[in-house]
Formats: sequence, C-alpha cells, structure tokens
Amino acid sequence: MVLLLVVSESFMPGPALNLAVFAVLAMGGAALLWPGSGLMARARRIWRMTERVRLEDVLKQMHKLEYERRPVTAASVAEGVRMRRQQAASFLQLLESKGFAMSPAGRFQLTEAGRAYALRIVRTHRLWERFLADRTGVRPEDWHDEAEAREHQLTESDADELALALGNPAYDPHGDPIPTAAGDIPAPSGVPLGTLKPGQHAVVTHVEDEPRDAYRELVAAGLGPMLRVERLEGPKGRVRFHLAGVKREVSAAAAANVTVEVRSQTPKRPWSATLADLALGRSAAVAGLSPLCRGPARRRLLDLGVLPGTVVGARFKAPGDGPVAYEVRGALVALRREQAAMVYVEDVAPSGDGP
Amino acid sequence: MAVEPGPARNLVRLGLDPRKWDCLVALVGNPNVGKTTVFNAVTGLRQHTGNWPGKTVTRAEGAFAHRGRRVKVVDLPGAYSLRAGSADEEVARDFVLFGRPDVTVVVVDAARLERNLGLALQVLEITDRVVVCLNLVDEARRHGVSVDARQLSKELGVPVVPAVARRGEGIGELLDAIAAVASGAKHAGSRRTAPLAPEVAAAASTLEPLIEAEFPGLPNARWVAVRLLHADESVAAAVRNGDIARLSADPEGETTDLGKGRVAADCPADPPARLGEAPSQTDAERILQEATRRRWSMGPGLGDSLAQSLYGEAARIAEKCVKRSGGEGGGFERALDRWLTSPATGFPLMLAVLAVVFWVTIAGANVPSAMLASLLIDRAHPLLLDFGASVGMPWWASGFLFDGVYLATAWVVSVMLPPMAIFFPLFTLLEDFGYLPRVAFNLDSLFRRTGAHGKQALTMAMGFGCNAAGVVAARIIDSPRERLIAIVTNNFALCNGRWPTQILIATIFIGALAPPAFAGLVSAAAVVAVALLGVAFMLAASWLLSNTVLKGEATTFSLELPPYRPPRILQTLYTSMIDRTLVVLWRAVVFAMPAGAAIWLLSNISTGDVSLAERFVGGLDPLGVLVGLNGVILLAYVIAVPANEIVVPTIMMLTALALGDPAIGAGPGVMFEADSAAEVAELLEAGGWTLLTGVNLMLFSLLHNPCSTTLYTIYKETGSARWTAASALLPLVAGFVTCFLLAQAWRLASGA
Repeated sequence: MVLLLVVSESFMPGPALNLAVFAVLAMGGAALLWPGSGLMARARRIWRMTERVRLEDVLKQMHKLEYERRPVTAASVAEGVRMRRQQAASFLQLLESKGFAMSPAGRFQLTEAGRAYALRIVRTHRLWERFLADRTGVRPEDWHDEAEAREHQLTESDADELALALGNPAYDPHGDPIPTAAGDIPAPSGVPLGTLKPGQHAVVTHVEDEPRDAYRELVAAGLGPMLRVERLEGPKGRVRFHLAGVKREVSAAAAANVTVEVRSQTPKRPWSATLADLALGRSAAVAGLSPLCRGPARRRLLDLGVLPGTVVGARFKAPGDGPVAYEVRGALVALRREQAAMVYVEDVAPSGDGP
Repeated sequence: MAVEPGPARNLVRLGLDPRKWDCLVALVGNPNVGKTTVFNAVTGLRQHTGNWPGKTVTRAEGAFAHRGRRVKVVDLPGAYSLRAGSADEEVARDFVLFGRPDVTVVVVDAARLERNLGLALQVLEITDRVVVCLNLVDEARRHGVSVDARQLSKELGVPVVPAVARRGEGIGELLDAIAAVASGAKHAGSRRTAPLAPEVAAAASTLEPLIEAEFPGLPNARWVAVRLLHADESVAAAVRNGDIARLSADPEGETTDLGKGRVAADCPADPPARLGEAPSQTDAERILQEATRRRWSMGPGLGDSLAQSLYGEAARIAEKCVKRSGGEGGGFERALDRWLTSPATGFPLMLAVLAVVFWVTIAGANVPSAMLASLLIDRAHPLLLDFGASVGMPWWASGFLFDGVYLATAWVVSVMLPPMAIFFPLFTLLEDFGYLPRVAFNLDSLFRRTGAHGKQALTMAMGFGCNAAGVVAARIIDSPRERLIAIVTNNFALCNGRWPTQILIATIFIGALAPPAFAGLVSAAAVVAVALLGVAFMLAASWLLSNTVLKGEATTFSLELPPYRPPRILQTLYTSMIDRTLVVLWRAVVFAMPAGAAIWLLSNISTGDVSLAERFVGGLDPLGVLVGLNGVILLAYVIAVPANEIVVPTIMMLTALALGDPAIGAGPGVMFEADSAAEVAELLEAGGWTLLTGVNLMLFSLLHNPCSTTLYTIYKETGSARWTAASALLPLVAGFVTCFLLAQAWRLASGA
C-alpha cells in the first residue's frame, strides 16, 4: 500500500509531462492503427502480397490486354500491375514454365489453362464488386481495391456460392460482363463517350474504374452503366452531355474511360429532371429510377410505390438541407436529397395537388 | 415414414407448437396500418401500439376461442412487400409462406388503399386463404375517402371486412370471415393477382410445366417460377429440399373441417407419401438451372418490372373501389405539418415540447420518489433490521440481506420508478399522436452528416429517460448500419439515473461559485451543458463509427410520416407502464440485488485490519487522481455498474468508510443519503474533493460505460458480444481521456 503510494508519487511528475506522454502515446497509437495508412494496415497489405497473388495479377492483366486486343509485352503488363518491367518479364517466364502462357514468335499469349485461370480471377473480382455495390454501403471508389484483395482469397466454390446468392448477375457495377462458371464471356462492344457527335444519343455500357482519380470524376458526374446520355456541344478538352435532363461535363481524358452504345432513335419521353429538382407544392410523374440506385435502396423505393407513372407531389421540407416529404400513393414519405436525385420525373404538372 | 411431416416441422422451426390450436391465423400489413390494434381487438391483449412505421419487430402471438375453436393469431412485423428487403419483412414472408397459416389476414389502411394493395396482391399470389381487413375507415372518411368494400372483395376474390379496430367496429364480422375461410367455404369471385410483363410471363411459362411436373397440385406454380427467376434464395432452397411441395398439401376443398388440415399435418399417414420426400436431386437442379438460364436473358430490370406490374394492378383496383368526395379533409394536418416542420417554428416548438416533458418528469418525480424512499428506506429498512434481530439472525446475515441486497434494491426502485412512470407515458403519447416522426424529419440533416438516421433523435430522447429503453427503441430504424450506430452511441444520452448525480454535484460545486440568488440557475445551466456535451459526443461517435468500422454496412433511408391520430390516454398509461417501465425496472432490480450484496461484502470483509473496499480505493487512487477524480469514485463506478442511481449513495458510504470516522454515515456497507446538499458538501470536502473533482465527476458520470441493464439489453438487441464490448469501451475511453485532459489543463492553469 505504502509502496504503491510512493510509486504513484514518483509517477506524478506534473501535468505538462503527463500531457506530453499522452500526446506521444496518442500519436503512436494513431500511426499504428490508422485505417488505410497505419502500420497495421500496411503490414497486412504486404502480408497479402504473396507470389501467388502477383502471379494471378499478371495473369489477369494478360487477359485484359488480350480482351482489349492490345499486345502483351513485359512493358504493357508491368504498366497494369504496378511492377518493374524486369519483374514482369520474369513473371511471364514463370507463367510460361507453368503452362499458363506461351510465346510463339516472341509474342506472349495465354494458353487455354491460363485463360481459364484468369477468367476465374476476373469472375471472382467482378462478383465481389457486384456484391459490394448491391449489398453493402461501401463507396464506389473503394469497390475496386476491396475486390482486388478478395479475388485471391475466394475459392472457386466460394465464387459460385456468391454468384448464386446474388442471383447470378451478368454484369458488374461498372458494366463489365461477369464470366460464367464455365468461362464464357461476351466480346467487348461500344465506343468511347468522347467519340459521340453532338446530338447523338447513347446508353452507357461500361465505366472503367481505373485510374482511381478519373473514376472518381466520372462517379461525381453521375455516370454509370445503363444510363442514357446525349452528347452536347462543348469546349475543347471537355466532353459535355445531357444526363437525366441535367447538363454535365467531364474531362476528355476521363471520358475516354466510358464506353457507350449508340442508340439511333431518341428516347420517347425525354427525362426532364429529378425529384430533387421538384419545387414544393408541385407534382410530377415518375419516369424511372436511376440505374445507380441499387440493392436495398432501390428495393425500398420500389416497395414504397415510387415507380414509373406514379404521380409524386413535393409537400414540405425539413429545415436546413434535410429531407423532403413527398406524397406517394396517398402516404407521406420523407426522402433525402440524394435519394430524390435518383428518381427521374417528367412533365412537371402545374397543379398543386397530387391524386 | 421417418421424415417428419413438413408443415409441422416448419412450424416448429418457426417456434410454434402446432398441437395447441385448431386454426392458425397470420396478420400481415404495411407498417402503421393499425395491425397491432386489430391484433389486440381480436385477442383482447393489450400489446403496445405506436403511431410508428415498424413497431412490431418481433412476432407477437395471442390466442382466443371463437365458436368453440381455439384460434391462434400471430402478429407479423409490418412489411411493405414480401420481397424480404429487411429482417422484418423476411420474418413476415417466411411465416406466410412456410408457416402455412389457415387464414392470412391482410390489414390495409382504407385511406391509403393503393399503396397497401401492393402487399395484399403479393399475399394473394401465395395463397387464396385470405381475409382483407379494411381498417381505419373512419380516418379515411375524415379525409373524404370512401372505399367500396363489396367491389374490392369482387376485385380481389376474397372477403373484405371494413373495420375501425380501435373502437372494435367490424371485429365480429372479421372473426366470422376468418372462420368461414378457415372452414373452406368458397368465396364468390376468383382470386386476382397482378399480371406479368410479357418477357417475364414468357420466361415463367417455360418454367411452369417443369415445376408442375415435379410438384403436381401446386396451386401457385407461376408464383414459384417468378420467384426463381427473381433469384429468391429461400424459394430456391425450398425447391431443392422439396418443402415447396407442401404448399400444395392444402388445396381448397380438402379441408372442410377447421381442424383437419392441422390434424393431417400431425398424422403421418394422411398426406400422400411422396410429399414428404425431397425431389430427386437432379430434377430440382434442372428446374433451378433452367431458371438461371432464363434469368440471363431477361436483363437486370426484373425487380422493377415485377414491382411495376404489382402497383399497376393495385392502382387499377383502387381506381374502381375508392371514391373521393370533393373536400380534402387534411387542411388541419397540413397546417400542423407546416408549423411543426418549418425552420422558424419547428425547432422552437420541438425544444418547448422536450423542455415540458423533462420538467414534468423531474418536477413530478420528486414527490413520489421521496414518498417511496421514506417508505422503503426510512421505514421498512429499520423494520427489517428489527425483524432480523428478533428472530436471532447473526449480524452478517441481516447485514448482507437487509443492508446490502434490500437497501440497494429499494434505492433503485425509489429513484428509478417515478421518473420512468412519468417520462415513458408522456413520450408514448407524443408517439401515438404522430409527432415523433416529425422530430426525426426535422433533425435528419444533422444526423445524416454523421452517417446516422434522423430516427436516432428519438432513440436519443428515449435514452434521456433510460438508455436500455433507448437501445430497444432503435428497432424503429430499419437500416442495419444506422441501427447499430444508434445502439452503440445511446449511452451518450444522459439518462434519468444520472440526472440526480449531476444536479447534486452541480449544486455543491458549481452553484456555490455564483451569488446565492443565481446559484440555482447556474447549476441548472451546468447540468444542461453536460447533457448537450453528451449530444455532441454522440454525434462525434456516430461520425467516427460510420466512417471507420461501419463504413461498409448496407444503408437505406426511409421515414414515413404517418397521419396525426388522437392518442388514447388511458390505454397509453397502461401499456407504457407494462411495456417499458416495468420491464426496465425488473431488469434493474435483478442487477441491483447482486450489486448490493457486493457492496456490503466489500465493505465488511477485511484482510488484516483493512476492509477490501479500502484496499481497492487505495489501489485505484493513483489512477483516479491522475484523471482528476479519486479512488472512491472509481470504485463506486465499478461496483455500482448495475444502476447509476446508486452511485452517489455508494460514494458517500465509501467516503465515510475511508475517513474512518464512525460518527459519519450508517456503517460499513450501508448506503445512505444526507439530508441536505450542505451536509454532502461537508463530507465530500472532508474526503479531499475540490472543484476539479466535482466537474470531472459530472463529466465521468456522463462518459462511462453503460449500466449492466443497458449492456444486457445491447447484447440482446445486437446478439453480439463485440458490439456490447464496443458500447462499453467507447464512452469509457472518452471519459478517461476527457477527464485526464481537463485535469492536466486545470493543474497547468492553476500552476500546481
């Protein structure tokens, strides 16, 4: 008892030192545990970077290059998987010795076994992205990195189970086709967004998720698979377009990462605005839900009866940038702004009342 | 036959014993259509109903006799659809599908028929043993809406009974209709379900023959086909293991007698033997593979297309059955909504309402609390001691039982019961009226920024009454991420058990700094400041959780603003007493008794010449002093973990014990409370307390682990030891860090 008091006396060297010790401990803890960039997170990433993982990444990159009909060289592989050219060359040789790649006439290409292996990794990756998009709240820009880690961990039967649980989806959330368990995958089609002429209509089929910064710009502009766009006149270096009745633009570099399919006829009913733009006291008919509204969020809107043709009236708004109460099929339902922005509406009726 | 018959097995799996009744009735309906009121009216139970979407989270059951038959009623959670979007909807769907009730009663809101018909049509796809209860016809009439029940019955092909469940109107007719459907009486008209979009219908048509060939007699092969196309996991599993065949074991006409279907389920010889067997693996797999192949060709919009055909049909039916007479009756409600939600008046009204609720609670609880205390502590306690002495109990037995166990329990009851008995009914009245959803609506932008749900404002307000009740109230949040956030951070709401501590310490240490005229005001302001600090901590913790560990949890937002409904005061008093107050009180008492025992034992068991309590106080003292508290406070918080109410009496007892002056207090292990604040101040100052100790105690009282009742409730609600631990550690770490930093800053500033 007395000893303890003595010890505690000697450990009570004044508030300034206490604060300093606390600050050091707090900073040390943060450096160790900070999500993403802390020492623990770094260590885990290095731990996962085994040779098998790198080999699988090289295989996947080879498949990507072949799919896009680009030459497979040590340089083009190294560029895609962030390693030195020499390292990439040695991995290609290793793959060749294992029978996953061959190099007739000095050009690398995948063997049957190699392609099957690569497609299995691609399938797992895209299924996981689909899972993240549909079943979780993970942000779009984080999907790719999470899936990069998972694709090496799940076994083939895990992937099949995941596919079953998701309803065997055909496309990942970026619009990339998901290979079937048998390894079937459709050939790529479509043209880059930037090649559309002003006035042309198209449907987005694919939004490339790498590089991350460009993808972030595309997500911010609201682009996603299955959305309808109309190219507009715009300044050089920028691509301007109509999306759901709203003018938007992205840089030409980012637009190169968006693939679209040209539609010859213009849509029957052009969408004029979203529910978020509807003034209080006015009503409008729902034209459709944005394809970017997925999973539970989409199901909730459907269950509440927010469907094409439903007349929705904006009634009153919460203080600040709070939700708006809408009258939907006789019930008052509050929607947040980002939800309302997912609902396209047409011909805003001048009458102040719903049905 | 070795295999247990299907329906019975499924019911056992769903937690019901099929032998106890003749007729099983399931109640389904959208949230907030008065389903629970219908349940109460039918069974005579008094289950609490709130004017809240999503009230019945767990399933309620009741039974009654109707014309000599035992009827079991199961009240299923409110669901917008049977597509199993949330946990609630899954419970409802599984029961309608696999529980195979004799009759499914779909409760619909007459004023919002079109929206409600979506669910009714989905139930009709599964079964035609349905009665539609057209509830709230009075409210609809007020809004100028009248529904032609006969026409609706013709459209749907099942009986439709108009009712006003809260006044018991139409309940007799409802029971008769249930009995008629249960006994297999045919209803005129054919069942109506929503038509399918052409490409869905085509795909379903190719699957249907396969399903019918495998499961002959299935009444709803088309529905099964559509569910398989929609990748419905539980239906696919039912096809794989053969359970789906049992949906056909009860076709109309087979059971003319009420009980027969149930008896058949119990009797292995009755159903055709093949129904009990799983289909050959390959046949079932073939159906599933065909479904997968078809799904591939249909594109991603199937969910949309199904919802669209469903609501399209609902709109067509509503069009034929609903008449609106000119005057929209909602003028008053609209005006009320404007007042309650506009930026200028919404917040002041909200604050005023909350202030009144708290004032009534605190002021109103004083008198009954004092009466209970004088009854249980001042009178009964000495009587018990006398009784112990008269029957010759040894001192340790009477000390342990009466000074320890009894006194702690009595303390908790007298301090806890009156405020809760006032706060909860008031809260429930606001809830029944429909005001609370508007509060959530007003505050949503604040909570959205921290990644939480506007309804968390309500679980927080409930937490001001009792954190355990606040944790339970988080059930109203249907998005899993936001619900977890609300549960884990609820403890930052300063609960009823902590208000007395705050008020006492603020009066002694902070009120004393001000001139006597303002002392009351200043100490009240200090308590309010601590409560607001708690709100700030709650928001910060919500933000932290939603941006780190809960970043990836699925999140949806839905907040329905129900119409205003006049509250029923007497029933509210009764049900909120039963539902909330007594349940919480019981849990607290269960935890307080062992705590009382522990406190007494610690103070009375000595090693050497020093009691255990003094040893612990000495051991904890260095840590306590480091963070600006002392060992007595820390030990009090450790052993008073069952209820915050007994922290102050424990501190007083321990301080007296540590001072070692037998003239102070009531003896070792006997909690006591001084007659006046001045007396407490004297004792605490003798124990070495300063202004810093007082301020830090107020902070630590706000920021420490939840009481054991709340922790137990968190464990029950989340089912996770990890989240329970997180809920305890988060505020505890916040408390130690805050007190530590303040203590160091204080000492620096005062030049110590």
